[in-house]
Amino acid sequence: MSNLEQLESGGHTHAHAFDSKKVKREIWRITLYLSILTVVELLLGFLMMPWPEESLKRHLVKGVVMALMLWKAFYIIGYFMHLRHEVRNMIMVIAIPALLFIWFISAFLGDGQSYKNLRARMDPYHVERAQLPMEFPAEEGHEGHEGHETPEEHKMEVPAPAAATPAADTTEKAE
Amino acid sequence: MAHTAAIHTEKPSKWSGGSSPFKVEYGKLMMWFFLLSDSFTFGGLLIAYGTTRFATIGWPDPNVAFSKFPGISSSAPLAFVSLMTFILIISSVTMVLAVQAGKEMNKKDVVRYLILTIIGGLIFLSCQAWEWTHLYHEGAWWGANPFANSNGTQSTQNFTNFFFTITGFHGFHVFSGVCINVIMLIMTLCDKFEQRGHYLMIEKAGLYWHFVDLVWVFVFTCFYLV
Repeated sequence: MSNLEQLESGGHTHAHAFDSKKVKREIWRITLYLSILTVVELLLGFLMMPWPEESLKRHLVKGVVMALMLWKAFYIIGYFMHLRHEVRNMIMVIAIPALLFIWFISAFLGDGQSYKNLRARMDPYHVERAQLPMEFPAEEGHEGHEGHETPEEHKMEVPAPAAATPAADTTEKAE
Repeated sequence: MAHTAAIHTEKPSKWSGGSSPFKVEYGKLMMWFFLLSDSFTFGGLLIAYGTTRFATIGWPDPNVAFSKFPGISSSAPLAFVSLMTFILIISSVTMVLAVQAGKEMNKKDVVRYLILTIIGGLIFLSCQAWEWTHLYHEGAWWGANPFANSNGTQSTQNFTNFFFTITGFHGFHVFSGVCINVIMLIMTLCDKFEQRGHYLMIEKAGLYWHFVDLVWVFVFTCFYLV
């Protein structure tokens, strides 16, 4: 009978002789780690805020933030969701299918990148259009956009000469 | 051959019956499988977002788009979303404490920590409601993007489409998590788990709640930080 109970509950029915203090200490330790990691992520976010969007150092910091994100995920899954303390079979049943994400992410992000490059080559006008400043309806008070300094109609008809140059570069590279 | 046979009689396989190979009960195992499948749903959405970003020239700066904090008129990038992140982390902690109290058969603590978890979830949902309302009044919605790219060029509607779809799907998970926790609270107050002799149901609800927190870690990083 007790064996049956064990089976139904996976052997967790009765309160084990675990150290409640120790478990709670672990919970607070992980909470502290998660908070520290979040604060570090935010500090990095503030650090890279003024940097130019496509600069190498900004990409590097973004990579670090991604690594911290995975680190946090490890703490949540391993300790809060208790997976680290399960038996090995159980861990593998969850972890191995999750490895599919490695393929999933690299394949799709690579696909997006290649779509952008191919489109820039096949449709240079798309790149030129992407250099046009965004126009805003008059009633909306968006501050700090150069688009407001010059007449909007002019901007719409002809791409700015500065904008035309990078597009021409892309077409030349494609040859 | 004789040698292996001897080993088998001494130590039967985990899978030959009579024992629990994963050492978890059925419901918990199935909850894990559900969460694995749900992580692929979220993964699909987030990877679609990433792919679109990689395929697009220019992208709005999240520090400009999500820079408002209730009661503060000047721009405060990352402030509101950090608050939301900490609320969700803390509610996750109270959920672990509720699960732990359940293992100790401590009904009073289970009730207390479940209430705290539910409050945390409701605060998070309110924050999200405020953020969505604010963005809506700025002109952002599915199919409408008032934010220019970070270099001032014309942006695509994908920015707001993905933002509202993914944070909305996550918010829906938070909402269902709060509902599940409320059901757990009612069952605890009705002494359902005392009669069963264990609080394993709280553990399954806890797994779901932590998963919601886990997804937020990814949503937070992908939308607000990078």
